[in-house]
Amino acid sequence: MTGTIAMAYLFAAVMFILALGGLSSQETARRGNWYGITGMAVAVGATLLSATVQNYLMIGIAMAVGAVIGLSLAHRVQMTAMPQLIALLHSFVGLAAVLIGWGTYLDPAYDYTGADRVILNTEIYLGIFIGAITMTGSWVACGKLHGILSGNPLTLPFRHWMNLAAIVVSVILLFVVAGSDPSPGNATLIFIMTIIACLLGIHLIAAIGGADMPVVVSMLNSYSGWAAAAAGFMLNNDLLIVVGALVGSSGAILSYIMCRGMNRSFISVIAGGFGTDSSSGISSDEYGDAVATTAEDLADALSEAQSIVIVPGYGMAVANAQIAVSELTDELRKTGKQVRFAIHPVAGRLPGHMNVLLAEANVPYDIVLEMDEINDDFPETDVVIVIGANDIVNPDAQEKPNSPIAGMPVLEVWKAKQCVILKRSMATGYAGVQNPLFYKDSARMLFGDAKDSVQKLIQAFKA
Amino acid sequence: MPLTVAIPRETHKLEKRVAATPDSVGKLIKLGYRVIVESRAGSQANYSNDAYKEAGAEVVSAARLYPQADILLKVNGPEKRSDLDDKNELDLLRKDTTFISFLQPALNEPLLKQFAKKKINALAIDAVPRISRAQKMDALSSMANIAGYRAVVEASNLFGRFFTGQITAAGKVPPAKVLVIGAGVAGLSAIGAAKSMGAIVRAFDTRPEVKDQVKSMGAEFLELDYEEDGSGTGGYAKEMSKAFIEAEMALFREQAAEVDIIITTALIPGKPAPKLILEDMVKSMQQGSVIVDLAAANGGNCELAQADKVVTKHGVSIIGYTNLPSRLATQSSQLYATNLVHLVAELTPDKDGELVINMDDEVQRGATVVHQGKVTWPPPKSAEPSPPPAQAAEKPAARESAPEAPSVKAKPKNLFSGKALIGYWAVAGTLLLLLGSVAPADFVHHFFIFILSIFVGWQLIWNVKHSLHTPLMSVTNAISSIVILGALLLVATPDSTLITVMAMVAVFVTSINIFGGFYVTHRMLHMFRK
Repeated sequence: MTGTIAMAYLFAAVMFILALGGLSSQETARRGNWYGITGMAVAVGATLLSATVQNYLMIGIAMAVGAVIGLSLAHRVQMTAMPQLIALLHSFVGLAAVLIGWGTYLDPAYDYTGADRVILNTEIYLGIFIGAITMTGSWVACGKLHGILSGNPLTLPFRHWMNLAAIVVSVILLFVVAGSDPSPGNATLIFIMTIIACLLGIHLIAAIGGADMPVVVSMLNSYSGWAAAAAGFMLNNDLLIVVGALVGSSGAILSYIMCRGMNRSFISVIAGGFGTDSSSGISSDEYGDAVATTAEDLADALSEAQSIVIVPGYGMAVANAQIAVSELTDELRKTGKQVRFAIHPVAGRLPGHMNVLLAEANVPYDIVLEMDEINDDFPETDVVIVIGANDIVNPDAQEKPNSPIAGMPVLEVWKAKQCVILKRSMATGYAGVQNPLFYKDSARMLFGDAKDSVQKLIQAFKA
Repeated sequence: MPLTVAIPRETHKLEKRVAATPDSVGKLIKLGYRVIVESRAGSQANYSNDAYKEAGAEVVSAARLYPQADILLKVNGPEKRSDLDDKNELDLLRKDTTFISFLQPALNEPLLKQFAKKKINALAIDAVPRISRAQKMDALSSMANIAGYRAVVEASNLFGRFFTGQITAAGKVPPAKVLVIGAGVAGLSAIGAAKSMGAIVRAFDTRPEVKDQVKSMGAEFLELDYEEDGSGTGGYAKEMSKAFIEAEMALFREQAAEVDIIITTALIPGKPAPKLILEDMVKSMQQGSVIVDLAAANGGNCELAQADKVVTKHGVSIIGYTNLPSRLATQSSQLYATNLVHLVAELTPDKDGELVINMDDEVQRGATVVHQGKVTWPPPKSAEPSPPPAQAAEKPAARESAPEAPSVKAKPKNLFSGKALIGYWAVAGTLLLLLGSVAPADFVHHFFIFILSIFVGWQLIWNVKHSLHTPLMSVTNAISSIVILGALLLVATPDSTLITVMAMVAVFVTSINIFGGFYVTHRMLHMFRK
């Protein structure tokens, strides 16, 4: 029997690896998702059939209710709200890891001694610790992304020392409980650690600004994987270990890619506090005047242009303008113009967020290009339309060594013959720095809600 | 002390190009280099010594040029200098100099060995990989563009009629018909040039995907009834099957009787040029027709073509010039020099006049054919970003010390090179041994699987497209709910209501995650369309 289950787990692990492998291209991605579903079904099915599991009725009810809630959440979520949903889902993995850790610790069948006991206690401890951070951290990230909590970083005095103290206390408690059998006293200590980890999760994420949320969400993704791996160690379950390691490394790589996109180190993102102390010295610079334009003028410019590049940013997501943008793209392409999209690695609030929004609006993915693919083409581009993006098109990143965003790779839209920025106001982006792009000779501002502006633009272009 | 970039005069037969223009000299100086130019280096391309001086270069004699050079920019590979005691350029250069030019590394292995022996670094501009990022250094394309244009100019020179059709008082003039075979960069450029002179242009290529490009240039795309895709790698065509070639020949035979000018540009990498225009087809062409064979250097697409010559057979002029870019020397020097500046700029990351060849960079690695006395051609198939071992190997150490350390992957690349790398391995290995000596067998077994899985994940995730990162997160989120297994096993714990309740809650929340995660991924993936 155990052999059968082990083989089922092996099959599931292979399915999960294929699921991730399938995501290497759009063509195979859907099949990959089905691999994942198959793997999950096989793993859960095999576990349910094993002799140790009973209480089928209760499990069935819990899973059915969970399934209804999960499916309806997933069905109703707007693509623009995807980051919140993913953050929320991460918190569930964290919660489950905490509960499983506690369950294992309190299990009356606990019977270990010597090195086994030390290792098991450590695994339980780490599982609860990582799980708790993931859980509360994800809640805060979700709240920030949903706008319930302020996007500004929370910068308490001595915050680094507070984090350090929390970790040191947790490590000391680990040494106290690791070597002995479960007892009410030790359980209390682990409970204290759980509270500390929960607070640490809240504080860590609260200190990170809204602009860094893509990194945070992928980092929490990574944590949820490590939490699953820790659960696997404590339960002696290889499948959990394999999946946890896959997810953990996946999230870590995504975080790394995001950080590279912003030219920031991982540590500086985690340490938080970005976007608070930057603008003062720079805003006093004399930039000249930004020139406003109208939808009609932009439509004229577009009708004369041959090659057009659209740069979407978070503003497009906020205004829900992707459908209108897609319609504009269709109109322009109908008249034989070359229209392409330039996607910065950190545009939006999730890795790949813009791609998902544009795909939802039926923009063909072969005209949606990454920064490296399109940056060299800007000098030959007639019109660039920037929709709700700011920091990712800021020339200061290249031109001003003392700028807070210096060195961050940016889309070089100012090299195009004309650049029109759709924006609600002259406010700064998340990094809180002025954008000299708006004052360049080739740049024009089209103020207003992105969706309204694009719709007006379509009207004017058709006329 | 900035390095010195030297630009000698080209001595190759019929070569009029030069590797730097006054404009590009200015850009090299901006990169921090000192630039010296041989006297009269640019005279055949209409760039005077004075123009170079004005741009900031020093103009020197050949004898003084070579000993000072740190970087030598050329069009052609190393040659003998008859004016310097017949010495080869390689013998005139100092050790550790960097030589950049067209080198055709695939055909010139003995030459590469000479470079290696002299410890002269060689970068072949024609070995720059053909990827989007390196387009600005793609000298093959910029030269092909010129060759295509010049081919039309040469053809019109020998052709006795207008290209454009006209109705005049002196009678009606029919437009010339031009057939372009091979719609690569040169072919497309020839189509554009012939079209803008007013000719009717037809084009043929074995790769069906170039049809739209041909149409966009205003030519008619000829198609065969035979189905076979000729797309090879790197934008070149591959060799076709026999039946296909027969169908192709029938098409050319039919066209040859009809058109006035044929321009052939068909090349297959590493093979002699395919023979496409046979003697009987030439015979069937009208008197005064012209064939321009751009593949003459590789044996020619036309059976009767001779390299570097114009021959007239059966009343048809067959042009086999192999130096078409050089026949438009000002233009081609300008484009080539710009390609070189872009390459040198890549090699000068700090713009301080110091040349750094980064062998981890795909473009630089591809172009570098001899490095520090070693032949480095051909480059490894696909240059992956820095190899993963060190990072994963760090994990065991990290996991022991602090729980959140495993995510600390965002380290700059240079931490993983050379001595640091050995250090990491040593530390990781020692810790592993220590752990293994105290841990029970069961744990070691799990740990083994854990580390291997991290490696698998690492390899898999780098392949995921950026546009799929959001679905990746939602699918990894769904599969991380595999912790439900732990909850399911705990439900069975007897005699403890507390544990059962906790396990049920865990089952409940992870179910939300499983169903929600997979469904939302499915929804997202459904939206991606081509």
